[in-house]
Amino acid sequence: MTDESDGDGAPGNDGSQFDRLPATADEREVEGRATRAEVLDWWEERFGIEPETFAGHTFWEKGKGKIWVFADDLPSPQECEGVGMTVLRTRQEHWKPTTTAVRKWGHLATRNVIELSPGQATAFAAGHDQDLPEWDGDWGYLIATHELAGGQVPIGVGLYLYDELRSVVPKGYQEELPEL
Amino acid sequence: MNDDGGVLDRYAPLVDDEAAFRAACDRPLPSVVRVNTLATDADRVARAFDEEGTDYERVDWHDGLFRMADRSPGTTWPYAHGWVHGQEEVSCLPAIALDPDPGTRVWDTCAAPGSKTTHLAALMDDAGILVGNDTSLGRLSALRHNAERLGVTNLVVDQQDARNYSLNGFGFDEFDATLVDAPCSCEGTIRKNPDAFDTWTLDHVHEVAGIQKGVLRRAVQATRPGGTVVYSTCTFAPEENEAVLDHVLRDEDCRVVEWDCPLESVSGVTEWKGEEYDRQVTRATRVYPHHNDTGGFFLAKLRVGGGGEREGAEADTGSEVGA
Repeated sequence: MTDESDGDGAPGNDGSQFDRLPATADEREVEGRATRAEVLDWWEERFGIEPETFAGHTFWEKGKGKIWVFADDLPSPQECEGVGMTVLRTRQEHWKPTTTAVRKWGHLATRNVIELSPGQATAFAAGHDQDLPEWDGDWGYLIATHELAGGQVPIGVGLYLYDELRSVVPKGYQEELPEL
Repeated sequence: MNDDGGVLDRYAPLVDDEAAFRAACDRPLPSVVRVNTLATDADRVARAFDEEGTDYERVDWHDGLFRMADRSPGTTWPYAHGWVHGQEEVSCLPAIALDPDPGTRVWDTCAAPGSKTTHLAALMDDAGILVGNDTSLGRLSALRHNAERLGVTNLVVDQQDARNYSLNGFGFDEFDATLVDAPCSCEGTIRKNPDAFDTWTLDHVHEVAGIQKGVLRRAVQATRPGGTVVYSTCTFAPEENEAVLDHVLRDEDCRVVEWDCPLESVSGVTEWKGEEYDRQVTRATRVYPHHNDTGGFFLAKLRVGGGGEREGAEADTGSEVGA
């Protein structure tokens, strides 16, 4: 997804600027905006990634539900072209982590991680969907990993539905890679 | 042979071995990748390349650089994971020279497409505030993509004219360190872009030198006393290198300081085409293609003055900044 597709943003949300997420629902001024607490809870509930992981970071919304994560703090709002990196898509029924966030923090995940075989990993990185009936965990967004250089490494985000693992690796990140 | 249109003739008096210089400019550059230490370390990259059968050679002067046998590192697992980034050896010098500390405030004035910016982020350990500025929205989108690909979270991407850059909105009014990797006539990239000389004119050299002076002046103004500014180009033209330094040394409170260049290099020149430059420019660094089999490069490290300037000010940086 590009920023342009965010249009003017949700009602009450200025699509041209980054607004820091409110800490909690009590501090929320823009309807529908995720809170910092919700974002931290989501990473912990979905993937077991501890809230302390993001202790030094601030979260920002731009447009319609795209959340950015920044390593430090800045006054809000920010009218620049980027504040940190995209981390999450909210304002939809199922929140969706970004490929880049999963690649950065996915190694810390303790659940909803699917370890792919060499052939499966290559197909996944190329953007192919594949039948994977052996997965008996949750449906929804998973972190797909493979074995490389002595450990499991996150490749990207998969969407698991009806015995199928869909690769949601964005086109710009899809690549034909060697089978290890 | 590259048709340099006679451009290289003007630099013959500056180089120690003209034949070697010309021969190097005619050879294509090896493809090189830099290890993204935000994601992994060099030994793990080497192991991953070995596992997938990708050939490489470790660069002797820098642990985190690999020369690739195949010219397209994009189709490797380490690249797909954001463990490496395609970046020529000489273009790693500016971040090494600036040597920013984690937790500090750093401005990259001409940041896109972001090889040096992401290198700065790695040296900062992704902590503090790194502002990557550029004028072109198209190039900024490449910067954002590269920063995301490498997992950089301490970068603010900004679009302003660096010559009159405003820090409004950041909640602080000066940087600890600034990189001016200036737009230039790119003569040093001839080995990568064989058509770099097609559009070369002396008028363009003078025009771009004007921009370089404006950006470097603003960089010195926007950096705190005792802070560091690195000026770099990929051109051989003294008009864009020592002459720019000379101009800024006269108009702004700063001085050129020594730095330890890890590549073979020579000093900046104090005379060119009847002009004489401030002696301090001899502390600048010229890297020619035949010295290390790289692209060409120019770099100078400046210390910003300001009354109570002191030699050891850099060491105090960590306690002066914060969220």
